[in-house]
Amino acid sequence: MDAIFSSIFSAEFVFSVLRVSTPLIFVSLAALVVRNGGVMCIAFEGMMLFSALGAVIGSAFAQNQIVGVLLGLIMGMAIAAIFAYFVLVLNSNGVLTGLALNILGSGGTVFMLYLISGDKGSSTALKSLMIPNINIPIIKNIPILGEIISGHNVLTYVALLTVVFVYLLINKTPLGLRIRSVGENPHAAESVGIKVVKTKFIALMIGGFIASLGGIYMSMGYLPFFTRDMMAGRGFMGIAAQNLGQGLTFPTFIAALLFGSAEALSNIMQSLRLPSELMQMVPYIFTLVGLMLVGGDKNKKASKKEAKNE
Amino acid sequence: MNNVKDEYILSMENITKIYGNGFMANKNVNLRVKKGEIHALIGENGAGKSTLMKVLFGQEQPEEGKIIYKGKEVKITNPLVALDHGIGMVHQHFMLAPSLTVAENMVLGIEPKNKGFFDYAEAVRLTSEVSKKYNLPIDPNAKVKDLPVGYKQRVEILKILLRGVDVLILDEPTAVLTPQETDELFVQLRELRKQGYTIIFISHKLKEVKSLCDNLTVLRNGRVTGIASVADLSEQDISRLMVGRDVSLTIEKDSPKTKKTVLKVRNLTYKNSDNKALVSNVSFSIREGEILGIAGVEGNGQREISALITGLEEKQSGDIYLFDEEISSQSIRKLREKGVSHISEDRMTFGTVADASVEENLISDRFYKKEFNKNGLLDAKKIADLSNKLIKEYLVKCDSKNAEIKTLSGGNIQKVVAAREFSANPKLIIANQPTRGIDVGASEFIRKKLISLRDKGSAVLLISADLTEVITVSDSLLVMNEGKIVAYFDDTNDLTEETVGEYMLGIKHQTAEEIGGCCYE
Amino acid sequence: MNKVIKIENQFRVIRVALSIAIALAIAFLIISFVSNDPLFTMYNFIIGPFTSINRIGNIIEVMTPLLFTAVGVCIMYSANQINMASEGAFFLGGVATAYIAVTYSIPAGLHPVVAILAGGIVGAFICGIPALMYVKFKALPVVSSLMINYVCLYLGLFIINYIIRDPEAGYMASYKFIKTAVLPDLFSRTNVHFGLIIGLAIVFIGYLYLMKSKWGYSIRMIGKNPNFAKYSGINVPAVIIGCQLLGGFIAGIGGAVEQLGMYTRFQYQKLPGHGFDGVMIAILARYNPKYVPLAAFFLAYIRVGADVMARTSDVPVEIVSIIQAVIIIFVASERFLEGWKLKKIVKSTKEAFVEEEDNAVKEA
Repeated sequence: MDAIFSSIFSAEFVFSVLRVSTPLIFVSLAALVVRNGGVMCIAFEGMMLFSALGAVIGSAFAQNQIVGVLLGLIMGMAIAAIFAYFVLVLNSNGVLTGLALNILGSGGTVFMLYLISGDKGSSTALKSLMIPNINIPIIKNIPILGEIISGHNVLTYVALLTVVFVYLLINKTPLGLRIRSVGENPHAAESVGIKVVKTKFIALMIGGFIASLGGIYMSMGYLPFFTRDMMAGRGFMGIAAQNLGQGLTFPTFIAALLFGSAEALSNIMQSLRLPSELMQMVPYIFTLVGLMLVGGDKNKKASKKEAKNE
Repeated sequence: MNNVKDEYILSMENITKIYGNGFMANKNVNLRVKKGEIHALIGENGAGKSTLMKVLFGQEQPEEGKIIYKGKEVKITNPLVALDHGIGMVHQHFMLAPSLTVAENMVLGIEPKNKGFFDYAEAVRLTSEVSKKYNLPIDPNAKVKDLPVGYKQRVEILKILLRGVDVLILDEPTAVLTPQETDELFVQLRELRKQGYTIIFISHKLKEVKSLCDNLTVLRNGRVTGIASVADLSEQDISRLMVGRDVSLTIEKDSPKTKKTVLKVRNLTYKNSDNKALVSNVSFSIREGEILGIAGVEGNGQREISALITGLEEKQSGDIYLFDEEISSQSIRKLREKGVSHISEDRMTFGTVADASVEENLISDRFYKKEFNKNGLLDAKKIADLSNKLIKEYLVKCDSKNAEIKTLSGGNIQKVVAAREFSANPKLIIANQPTRGIDVGASEFIRKKLISLRDKGSAVLLISADLTEVITVSDSLLVMNEGKIVAYFDDTNDLTEETVGEYMLGIKHQTAEEIGGCCYE
Repeated sequence: MNKVIKIENQFRVIRVALSIAIALAIAFLIISFVSNDPLFTMYNFIIGPFTSINRIGNIIEVMTPLLFTAVGVCIMYSANQINMASEGAFFLGGVATAYIAVTYSIPAGLHPVVAILAGGIVGAFICGIPALMYVKFKALPVVSSLMINYVCLYLGLFIINYIIRDPEAGYMASYKFIKTAVLPDLFSRTNVHFGLIIGLAIVFIGYLYLMKSKWGYSIRMIGKNPNFAKYSGINVPAVIIGCQLLGGFIAGIGGAVEQLGMYTRFQYQKLPGHGFDGVMIAILARYNPKYVPLAAFFLAYIRVGADVMARTSDVPVEIVSIIQAVIIIFVASERFLEGWKLKKIVKSTKEAFVEEEDNAVKEA
């Protein structure tokens, strides 16, 4: 027990919380943007898997991180675009479409990985690059605070900036106002000439962009390679964090950190010779409790069908 | 201005609209509107008024026909195009995002910007400016969800004025307003007409049309049945054009033979989540063989009363007795087994399943009973016999018992509901807007059925916004206004619509003693 | 209006057929890109599964567990609950069965029954949780059930690793099942086992239950319009929880049967994906158990075909996921082909209208 406590109350632990939370912050913010636009999207898992693989392929073949990031973004956002096209244009059931894209993400990435590297488990055969960690001058010399805040992966800082970005986008820009209005009352938005489908499409692409950054982080920061099914449900934890944050930016960020803490804790406990299987359950149980606390999604389904005969 | 065509700012020619379910909502409709007039588009529920306006506003695309606006043919493919042309619409259901502020709603779609960010201060300024210009005061910083209905509508009107429209479409704007708010609205509309705006006023209320409008177009079953100057027609004339015959209903019925008290409602109060009392302190009784009517503008607590009695809503305070037994804690199945039948005001949400067959819709209250089950499975033959019998008896026009409900017309869907509810040997029937939006034939059929059930001893609570119906069909009548009972008449025979209307609109109010007449043991 | 119904029905069949065709077309396109010898590869993919008794047997073996999860999903989804926990139910049901099969010695005949029931009960419990969370807390079933799947995975692995692990197996697996617990094979040259009979029985019972009984009626009405069900007097929360329990029970039995029929010890290291497969099959079958064997056979055929193809060429079996995803996406899209449908309906309405007018003229 002492070992656990001394692990938790250390700068290292808080550092690892930020490290582990990074993908959750990204995906929960992505879920938030999409949710504000009134779309129920569960395809983040698939988006992130594709972006993680794309990042590895891009950086390995070009030997250039930027190409890796770009290919990751393109592949992740392609999934978002497929989702958007089917759900918004062809009126598909969003949950089933999301489910299908997650199946595609799980199988399709392994398919591509095998074709490229001849391995179905991980991309270690490919010489992919990592995104560097950076030390922040001045802050890194402050005791404790420096240990916690400095020395993270670039994308971890990007995640923190994304929190501010999403807040400004949703609350302080014309686009954000439109996204919110489309999510809350699409008929109202339509009646003043806002293109509902287009706005939702944009929200989904922004969400796809942010979620893809989370995927890229997984294979270029959190780990130095891609492994099959490496998201392990993080896409869904992000949705749960967004629910817990009730669609507001900063509460969602806090919820993502909470889930990240649970995962960091589970990582520590696994290293303490406790049965790792039981410890691996912790983040998921934590998410389930979180879902019960807020009572899921209170927003009504936006795309309520119109009664057509007047 | 010599050219006749120039007289009309807008004309819709030969509009035909068919919906995806095969329903023809408009058939060769013509509408011509002069500049600077208030033009009434009038017709019963389901006559095709809203569809026509959706076509004009670009929300629906017609299969045939054209729109000529300011002398030129225009293609209105979406609301943005309509707004660009200067055509704006105030919808019956407000097109507002409730959690946004008035100013945010006002500028939606034309947001003022400052360095790429949304300039909220400018939005507030614009709102105040337009609100002053048209003398329609509003608080720009209030959240829309906190505003009373009349103010929400005001936001809607300001919203389209801000966009610089010439033609305003108002879709049944008075349906949700109190009489005072209606008067206020009319003053505003006359003022706008004076300033040169053209207004299309959709309504099915004759008095409003007479007092406000210049010309009118009447629709019935998706077709135009009359175009005239309002001054040339009496209310009777207009109503004949709307329904194709005199509206004065005559229904043959004997005087009621009342017996035991079936339902007693005492001190019923119901508040919504905003703590607003939707039903306050309502008490009444109904006896066997009696139809008690509740008249009132929709949304004055009638929906809640029927939901509370039938168990769809949980009771908060007060008592509901069925044959002297307090029933409000019982399950809906128990209530139905005790003989409570319910025609919901919303037949597509509660009354039926659109994607299920007529048969499946007919058995939903009794499918579990022994008589319809055999060897652990549903008894297909007995159920088919019942369905075919009910379809025949209630004259449901459908392909077969296996036709999906959504392929039926409104009137036939309502007949399916009535067939199920009336065939359950009801002791008490709660009929909430049983004939709303359905054709004359089906309405008459349902009314007659109600009376014959009452003659067989059922107690009926008839809730209706249709004054003619509720006065003619009921034996005694309650009038509701803002969740309260404001009048009780123990005999409807000599009652006129004018009298009831005065109570319904809150102009008159009976004393507590007079109202108390509807409570007996 | 008769015509409208006909068009709607036609439209449904065509949409499913076309979705499958598009998915296969995409698969062939991918094969022709990645394979060195596309024609041979496709031949193996399409014809391969039928080239030996063994392979035909494989199709049946692969199909067997899918019958269970798909019928379970038909029942659960008919109440409009997107519950993915049948995956976890299948897995943990298998673990529970393995536990009974390695620990207790029960007389033959009774042993599999007890083991399978244990799997079913565990499965019911798993799928009941998302329903309970939905009814009590309005938590989205799709999110909660996926989290539960991970919990099931790690809990199951914990049980295998710490309680019934066979140290002599050489990898993480349970002890061998006691002989009395194992389900017998049906045919000598294949591994097709008694579970197929149980599976087909479940399909039949599931069909009667869901489409012909009062319980099934309640479930379907709730799925189509819960307000109507409540108004009609159906106890909506109770039925929702009840049918998720039942769906999970069937999925759990599936996991149990798969263990006792196909394996000698529990050796899954990850979720096998049969719960997700069940979702696809149920969607293809339009939630009617009657069509489950056909849809399950189709998926099993594709899967065995991909397997044959992977062994004889350079195209990995994961192509099946791509086919699955494409099929689900197209079948789930309402407006796919709707333009075509709408045109037909409008046309037939106009015709009917003209007819009506003609008749009116004649009468006059």
